[in-house]
Amino acid sequence: MKHFDVIVVGGGHAGTEAAHGSARMGAETALVTLRRDAIGVMSCNPAIGGLGKGHLVREIDALDGVMGRAADFAGIQFRLLNRRKGPAVQGPRTQADRKLYREAMQKLTDDQPHLTVIEGEVADLIVTEGKVSGVILADGSQLAAGGIVLTTGTFLNGVIHIGDRQKPGGRIGDQPSVALAARLRDLSLPLGRLKTGTPPRLDGKTIRWDILDSQPGDDDPEMFSFLHDKPFVRQVSCGITHTNEQTHDIIRENLNRSAMYGGHISGVGPRYCPSIEDKVVRFADKNAHQVFLEPEGLDDDTIYPNGVSTSLPEDVQERYIRSIRGLENVRILQPGYAIEYDFVDPRALKPTLELRDLPGLYLAGQINGTTGYEEAAAQGLVAGLNAALCVQSRDPMIFSRTSSYIGVMIDDLVTRGVSEPYRMFTSRAEFRLSLRADNADQRLTGVGLALGCVGEERRRSFSDKMERLSAGKDLLASIVLTPKEAALRGLRVNQDGAKRSAYSLLSFPDIDFSQLAAVIPELGAMDPKIGEQLARDALYAHYIIRQENDIAALKRDEDWVIPDDFDYSALSGLSNELKLKLGRARPQTLAQAGRIDGMTPAALALILARLRQGRRAAIA
Amino acid sequence: METIFALATARGKAGVAVIRISGALAWEAAGRLAGRLPEPRVAGLRHLRLDGETLDEAVVICFAEGASFTGEEVAELHLHGAMATVTAVLRALSGMEGLRLAEPGEFTRRALENGRLDLAQVEGLSDLIESETESQRKQALAVLSGAVGTMVEGWRAKLVRAAALLEATIDFVDEDVPVDVTPEVIELIDDLRRDLRWEMDRSGAAERIREGFEVAIVGRPNAGKSTLLNMLAGREAAITSEIAGTTRDVIEVRMDLGGLAVTLLDTAGLRETADVVEAIGVERAVQRAQGADLRIFLLDDADVPMIAPKPDDLIVFGKADLRSVDGFAISGKTGEGLDRLIAEVTAILANRAAGAGVMSRERHRAALSRAFDALDSARNEVLRGTERAELAAESLRQALRALEALVGHVDVEHLLDEIFASFCIGK
Repeated sequence: MKHFDVIVVGGGHAGTEAAHGSARMGAETALVTLRRDAIGVMSCNPAIGGLGKGHLVREIDALDGVMGRAADFAGIQFRLLNRRKGPAVQGPRTQADRKLYREAMQKLTDDQPHLTVIEGEVADLIVTEGKVSGVILADGSQLAAGGIVLTTGTFLNGVIHIGDRQKPGGRIGDQPSVALAARLRDLSLPLGRLKTGTPPRLDGKTIRWDILDSQPGDDDPEMFSFLHDKPFVRQVSCGITHTNEQTHDIIRENLNRSAMYGGHISGVGPRYCPSIEDKVVRFADKNAHQVFLEPEGLDDDTIYPNGVSTSLPEDVQERYIRSIRGLENVRILQPGYAIEYDFVDPRALKPTLELRDLPGLYLAGQINGTTGYEEAAAQGLVAGLNAALCVQSRDPMIFSRTSSYIGVMIDDLVTRGVSEPYRMFTSRAEFRLSLRADNADQRLTGVGLALGCVGEERRRSFSDKMERLSAGKDLLASIVLTPKEAALRGLRVNQDGAKRSAYSLLSFPDIDFSQLAAVIPELGAMDPKIGEQLARDALYAHYIIRQENDIAALKRDEDWVIPDDFDYSALSGLSNELKLKLGRARPQTLAQAGRIDGMTPAALALILARLRQGRRAAIA
Repeated sequence: METIFALATARGKAGVAVIRISGALAWEAAGRLAGRLPEPRVAGLRHLRLDGETLDEAVVICFAEGASFTGEEVAELHLHGAMATVTAVLRALSGMEGLRLAEPGEFTRRALENGRLDLAQVEGLSDLIESETESQRKQALAVLSGAVGTMVEGWRAKLVRAAALLEATIDFVDEDVPVDVTPEVIELIDDLRRDLRWEMDRSGAAERIREGFEVAIVGRPNAGKSTLLNMLAGREAAITSEIAGTTRDVIEVRMDLGGLAVTLLDTAGLRETADVVEAIGVERAVQRAQGADLRIFLLDDADVPMIAPKPDDLIVFGKADLRSVDGFAISGKTGEGLDRLIAEVTAILANRAAGAGVMSRERHRAALSRAFDALDSARNEVLRGTERAELAAESLRQALRALEALVGHVDVEHLLDEIFASFCIGK
């Protein structure tokens, strides 16, 4: 039997990031996947990033993960969303060439030391003494490891619906892992059912591009990786078109033939990514819906029409698609479909993504009820790092809500569970002003260095940047202007007599770094990129100080660890309903307990009182 | 969980005394004394016996878990109000395994902990028990029945809507959401500011109802202020004499005027003085008089007030028994003009009380004022343009957080619910 430190099952976005994370920690890692050439496949839309999602990719990159780098190599249309709003809510996004992304990810995987790719299907887990110790492949061979990361996506009891036709499968053309699903069911994990959908894929050669609007990328493209500063390949535009009343009529007339409206699907779908059937029914008063025509690659004519996912039968898909302007003669290369799949209630997981009831087994990605490549990759990273840490007998790495979107997501998942596929939004992060895409490295790369998952190249560029930021901040703080001096330089400030440093001048809404550098000669030597970054920090400094009290309060609550065997039933004054909820959720900290649905301040005070008793007893 | 019991009515001789038992063993304990218990929420007359000896004949009422004051299993024993009877039953309960005497406020605390009351309701309950006057009773009952919660629920819906509109423009910029939500957000914010401002203004009067209005009697030494106070109070609360400057400290008398709690203040006569002690008294008099809700200026003849009267303040001429004057004349000795004075004071205070809200505590006012300030800065940021949306959203979050003390928790899921219900998201 072959031995590894960590085995990662699944070669999707969660699996690759998990395998790389574990291998970067120096753990001997095996990535078991059905097909080596499917590593890095984007099974849904050909894009990476966005609001919240782009933040996740930056954080993955800050910890030296692979998604951001691969997306940069494959990016064919970079846009910084919300460019005209504040930096806290700007999210990098790119259309990605499917083939280039796959190639980039496979190259990164080949080059990663301590990482072995094994082609095969995992049929079962080996459990010894209540702990997962390895996997059995479909050919009967066995692999042993101290930690297993399961990233099986929608393959658990996946069912594909096209109209009223169903077939088992996790993704068009792939087989679902029925055996593994049966094994997980035997573990009596709490399972739920979700659905998601995709639009039909179109042949770009049959689209009348000349009559459609187009959306180009940014003139000044923003990369994902802190190691990159410009795109690697040619940049292209997306097309934009709209559905119309005729489209909606066709859909309405055939609703009973849709898998979802025909009653074939029981899973819950995401509200933010509804099928076109859903849009037509729920927003009946809208007479047009936007459709983005996204190219799948530079030398690929396939077009992904974003906004019209569907589970209607193929003939109806063709009719409604062809009713859309510019698509009158379009050829469908592959019909759209809906997919239903099982997920594990993530409240069964620790914040390390290890299953509470089965040590050694970590779950990451869609299997935990999330949606999106970025959400999957970020979980993969958390699971991979922690599996390696566990094997190395080191303390787990818990991400906090106060310092990363990764922390927000993991905390939401393990304390709140999911009721629809979970997607990241910036509004989920209560400390959004300090958790920015632009400062992900400042927040996390130092942590990664201490952990050991950040390589030499990034260490050098990071410490260089930090030195320059710190020198720049000192310089800005040392230059002090009176309101009169500022006004003489054309800077608009209150004539209130208060002296202000150049740093605090940057927090004024209408003063940016280039303006300041133009009128203060000492700033001329500063790298504008460093100056702009300091300006982003300065912009929110005032708010962040106010938030620090909230952060401190949350950290205090996070410091109150609730033991796994904490007995809620023995707490007098706690309602039976809450006892039940707490017993099921088993929050790890007081902060998590506070976020459980239906929690009252009084109940929290009771738990805290009991924890204090315990601490006093421990001291005595 | 421990079962607790206590005398729920006041100590001392009375017609009826109620002992309340709450907790998992409540029914069992009551049953050990009363035998077969009546159905929940039905009164039953029972003999209470311990070891064969009858303690009392009592009305017994049981309440089931989830349908009682504390949320736990509860039994009430309505005894004859003799002290010996109460003591005997309490002793009998103390002797039972798993039962103990409740600490002060413990029933209410359990009601709070079990979600039967919210924090404002607990405050309302405590105010109800403490209420001395009709207005206090009505106010406390409104709070106890959840008036604060209902009011804040309305604000919260508006705040969540405003925040959701802003968040939609931030998180779904690539979608078919309205680009400029400014008009609706500003309208919501202005509505809320108006509501909060209105409630803050009314909270002063609300607090007065809860704590009592202060009415100060001011005037020169020997104007007859103490005589007037004694007459109004119906007793010799202040020492009176012919010697000017008899009252040195502030004397307070609490009374009920037309259902309102009023604290009447008798203050030292206002004059320049070389006497150190009297000078302190004068300074204190001025301070208290200015801080009071209403001042009655008691003047001699053609005298003028030594501190400026505020609107509503009453100016009366004293010692009407000794001289005749034009204007509002009263006499603390004969009672002349007293009924009119009481009627006028009552009318003024009742008018103020009529505008009182339910936010009667400093805690409420502080939360309202924090929320109001946050709304102000949100408004400024919204008006600065969509590029400051995240800062406006941050201020709205702070407004929500400020009201959290009154409303319970608001979280992002509520914002997302509002967004998904309103806009077609999903490009």
